Amino acid sequence: MSTSLVARFGTSVVKKVAMGVTGLLLCGFLVSHLLGNFLIFVGADAFNLYAYTLTSNPLIYLAEAVLLSIFLVHLFMATRLVIENKKARPVPYYTKQPTGRGATVASSTMPYTGLVILIFLVLHLLHFKFGTYFETTVDGVTMRDLYKTVIEYFKTPLNVAWYVIAMGALSMHVSHGFWSAFQSVGFNHPKYTPCIETLSKVFAGLVFLGYSALPIFCFLQGGQS
Amino acid sequence: MSSNNNMSLKLKVWRQENENSKGQMVDYSLEDVSPDSSFLEMIDQLNEELVEKGDEPVAFDHDCREGICGMCSMMINGQAHGPESETTTCQLHMRKFKDGDTIAIEPWRAKAFPVHKDLMVDRSSFDAIIQAGGYVSVNTGNAQDANSILVPKTDADLAMDAAACIGCGACVASCKNASAMLFVSAKVSQLALLPQGKVEAEQRVLNMVDKMDELGFGNCTNEAECEASCPKAISISNIARLNREFLSAAVKSRH
Repeated sequence: MSTSLVARFGTSVVKKVAMGVTGLLLCGFLVSHLLGNFLIFVGADAFNLYAYTLTSNPLIYLAEAVLLSIFLVHLFMATRLVIENKKARPVPYYTKQPTGRGATVASSTMPYTGLVILIFLVLHLLHFKFGTYFETTVDGVTMRDLYKTVIEYFKTPLNVAWYVIAMGALSMHVSHGFWSAFQSVGFNHPKYTPCIETLSKVFAGLVFLGYSALPIFCFLQGGQS
Repeated sequence: MSSNNNMSLKLKVWRQENENSKGQMVDYSLEDVSPDSSFLEMIDQLNEELVEKGDEPVAFDHDCREGICGMCSMMINGQAHGPESETTTCQLHMRKFKDGDTIAIEPWRAKAFPVHKDLMVDRSSFDAIIQAGGYVSVNTGNAQDANSILVPKTDADLAMDAAACIGCGACVASCKNASAMLFVSAKVSQLALLPQGKVEAEQRVLNMVDKMDELGFGNCTNEAECEASCPKAISISNIARLNREFLSAAVKSRH
């Protein structure tokens, strides 16, 4: 029997590691995406120039393909784990009470918050990446006016509300996922684990505040781009 | 012995004839339960009444009744071994309940732990996991001098903490995924931490995890309900150690 890591891709431990590693990589994307989007606060030209620089580089297709692969592995593993875990207890309990010392709201709702994020992500791409196309000129270069697309979208309070709710789900998801990834790859240490758990909560808070600030700021522009 | 503090209880108990029959929750009323009796003594009292009435007594597992054998597996009001932390069912006392309480009692629920009868489940899946590698091979010959194998005190303590696992299955029962990771991690850790266990560490962790998966236990999602329900407070840091041991073994193994 071959015991290489690849041959053991179906084992519970490797599935967890795959979830954890892809999850952490996606956390990295959250940081870079948020920092880039903060240019909205600077102004239309800065934001449009950033988007143009990113999308006009041919390596963007490679970066997008890698990002999509990471996301698909995360999604595929999550679906597989949910199905397998349901099968592991075919007869449900008459009553089941959490101990209050283990599971949290965030940890027990991971598949649900994940589903909200998936729906959000599809709509997010449709609204922005594949959304209304405006053009603008910055320093004599004609480029997409993504800033206008964003401002137009966030004129509607309902769109702002949905965005903030989805970011709440995302924040909950990473608050469990971040520290959990370290546990899954085997990193648990009495000195560092408490720090990672705190960092997980801080990261979740920053993700929520940072990403929620964007639509609220855009809404306050009152559709003026 | 009767006193004024004795309680009246409403019980909802899972009754199931055998592996193949469909079970159901059955209501019972029990009077005059001493708050000083243990949970199992309370069920003994119920069974005495059932036998007197000519009914079938409730089948449940129990052995030592002093919290170390891991037999008294039952879900009490939706919690493994009941509401007290670090306590087995036999060490849970009726004073933790109130007069007039309704108590729901069920067997562990997991595909890998089929119900035999009433509250008795078949936990031989745990035995199968141990047989897959949860041992050290001791070859014949004279025992060597104990001091010739040095074990750091911290490692000995961690191994002892892991070895406190009594294999009761509360981790599987309380896990929403019916995962056996805490059990397997304790059994892997208690040997992997010691020089005697390091010899077979690689093959042990690979075989035990493979067996665990094969038996149909779920996957761990790091919620720590297992640690919270464990009567011996086995830490989930053992699960991280299991993950480390497994990854390193899967990469290094020459097989």
